[in-house]
Amino acid sequence: MDLSYSEKYRTLQNEVRAFIGLHKDASPKAVGVRRKPDAKMLEWQRLLVEKGYAARTIPRQFGGFGAEPDVMEAAIIAEEFSKAGIAAGIMSQGISMLVPTLIEVGTEAQRESFIGPTIRGEIIWCQGYSEPGAGSDLANVQTKGVLEGEHFVVNGQKIWTSSAHYADWMFLLCRTEPDKPKHQGLSYLLLSMKTPGIDVRPLRTMTGKATFNEVFFTDVRVPAHQIVMGRGDGWAVANTTLKYERMMLGDANKFMHRVHRIRELMETTRIDGVRLIDMPEWRDRLVRLQGEVMASKYHQMRLLTEAAKGIDAGLKRLVVKLYGTEMGYRLSGLAVDVYGAAGLAFDPHDDMDGGTDDDATAWHTDHMYDLGLIIGGGSSQIQKNIISERGLGMPREPKAALQATTKS
Amino acid sequence: MEFALTEEQRLLDESLRGYLARELTLDKLKTLANEAGGFAKSHWQALADLGIAGLMVPEEHGGAGLGLLDAAVAAEALGYAAAPVAFVGAAVMAPLAVSLMANASQQSEWFPKIASGEMRIAVAFAGGSGQTGTADVRLDGLKLSGRVDGVLDVAGATHVLTILPDGRAALVAVDTSGVEATVKPTLDRTRPLADVVFSGAQTHVLDASNDPAGAARRVRDAGRVMLAADTLGASQAMLDKAVAYAGERVQFGRVIASFQAVKHMAAEMATDLEPCRALVWFAAHAHDAIPEEAHVSACHAKAHLAEVGRLIQTKATEMHGGMGFTELMGLELWYKRISLDRHTLGGPERCRHEAAVAQGWVKG
Repeated sequence: MDLSYSEKYRTLQNEVRAFIGLHKDASPKAVGVRRKPDAKMLEWQRLLVEKGYAARTIPRQFGGFGAEPDVMEAAIIAEEFSKAGIAAGIMSQGISMLVPTLIEVGTEAQRESFIGPTIRGEIIWCQGYSEPGAGSDLANVQTKGVLEGEHFVVNGQKIWTSSAHYADWMFLLCRTEPDKPKHQGLSYLLLSMKTPGIDVRPLRTMTGKATFNEVFFTDVRVPAHQIVMGRGDGWAVANTTLKYERMMLGDANKFMHRVHRIRELMETTRIDGVRLIDMPEWRDRLVRLQGEVMASKYHQMRLLTEAAKGIDAGLKRLVVKLYGTEMGYRLSGLAVDVYGAAGLAFDPHDDMDGGTDDDATAWHTDHMYDLGLIIGGGSSQIQKNIISERGLGMPREPKAALQATTKS
Repeated sequence: MEFALTEEQRLLDESLRGYLARELTLDKLKTLANEAGGFAKSHWQALADLGIAGLMVPEEHGGAGLGLLDAAVAAEALGYAAAPVAFVGAAVMAPLAVSLMANASQQSEWFPKIASGEMRIAVAFAGGSGQTGTADVRLDGLKLSGRVDGVLDVAGATHVLTILPDGRAALVAVDTSGVEATVKPTLDRTRPLADVVFSGAQTHVLDASNDPAGAARRVRDAGRVMLAADTLGASQAMLDKAVAYAGERVQFGRVIASFQAVKHMAAEMATDLEPCRALVWFAAHAHDAIPEEAHVSACHAKAHLAEVGRLIQTKATEMHGGMGFTELMGLELWYKRISLDRHTLGGPERCRHEAAVAQGWVKG
């Protein structure tokens, strides 16, 4: 057990700190809102890529920094930006998911066209996966792509498409081989959101914000060469992409920060003149959550150590999504309880109008959003299937359900 | 950064688990628990010969000179086997107290005997343990009087070391006149507790620490981390047993491990338990190397493992159905082991209160 960084990592840490110190005031703040990057953000992103604090491991030939993958370096950079509260570059599914996928399985032409502009923030992507009938059962995608001459003609509907209202391009999972079994009938297409026949409709969630969209396709013509890998390979490509999504580790510092924000809130909130922090029943809830956050924090350090050695952490990694999202929901739930009746005035601003929510509204919004995180990205129930089957070796679901073909 | 066990720690873990798997069969464990009163000298001596007794004793006095993280690795392995061993008191808190509180000549006399397994010291707290029950002792000169209830590891002990409220400690031999140690039938039959009554018993006083109150707290915190590690091991054993049982038990024509309701219980247990290992490791490491975080993390480890242990003792028993409710499979030994860990040296509510006080969130 040695919790200090070696010389190499201390040097990087000092470099990042010096960079942040130099640029802190002029840099964009780390905020949760998603919108099309403005000129300031694009300039910031260009600087981060140049220094290797964004697109660090993308090869130089595609416009990246070209460093060898090193999870410890990635963690140090993320931690320093997180501590300073400034934006660690453009967070997008294009950069985190599509770019590594193209590097792994894209054609030379696709890499040339898309990787550079994507990591510079000039192309924003949205992910066309989920459908009303294909959520946890993603392979049940029904949106059709029919090859007519040099084009796939796409018809159907996607849902939960965040950033579709400002994205330039989409990576789309659709069914091009309806006669093949469920998992073998899918293809993975790249298409411009300016293609005629695409209708994006905002989807207002319970948070009062429209962070998601529904996307409708009516005879949308996608050039046939914009397929990634071949016809029927879509499920394999989508799984490559999801692998990169799953590699993104949770941020334990964010949870510890929440614990201390709630403590401050308990010190200033009173019931009949008594501070909540002085009431054992309130304090105990917070300290109990602090213990859970500590377990999560050290667990992440353990995972990081194993990842740096190239060890597949197995069960330890599989539990992270379930543990983190359930814990995050309880944390924001405590904050909402501390506000109590005084926090029931609810006035959320939409991400697009640029306004800022008051603290109580923000906690209520976070609490509901945290519930969304439990549901999205593989719901808690799906996680429990994965943990018990892949982590504990318990029997898989009956094969009939997996192999059912989907013709409709 | 290396958040992991060393090769030496992994070897310690393997050799201890290997020995326990070979020697401590379920039948033998039941015999030790039911008939031997939780202590068998041959079993203790075999573990002492493996180096368990001298783990924390400095090398110059015949021990291995290891730290609390090494001890946590051993405690987890012992908890996994529900081993009837006086580990927390005799092998961890006692040598630590001797290191922190005894003078040089006392150390020279006692350490080698602790390391060899000849001297087995139970540790009693006359206040400040965080647990319920009577703890009322006074020291007049070298004479100790009063009583402490619910003392861990007295079965088979040669001595009792009582940590006094002022941070000094008093060592008495169990066979001295004026000492009455009554080992009680205890929920956890692998580690029975004892009520100890002193009536003017002759003691050796340990008063060499510059910071007696801090030393007393450090001994108790080490005990808390060990109990947390024991719960970690016992909980892992219960989860493993539940998954194995569900893979064999057939109902409705299929093994019950194929039902989602059962799979999800197992997944919930694993999800709660996996991160616990890192918390226990950190608390033990902090005790060895990060003094400013040692107390708070010991409180958190003890409290969090108590809560996760409660969930796992419950769900793992449920997964065994009616068999879990019987004594036949021995599962109750692990259930009760986790319960003793929870209540000894401060339950979760008490430990969380102390964590809040230590962080200045509230006055003590």
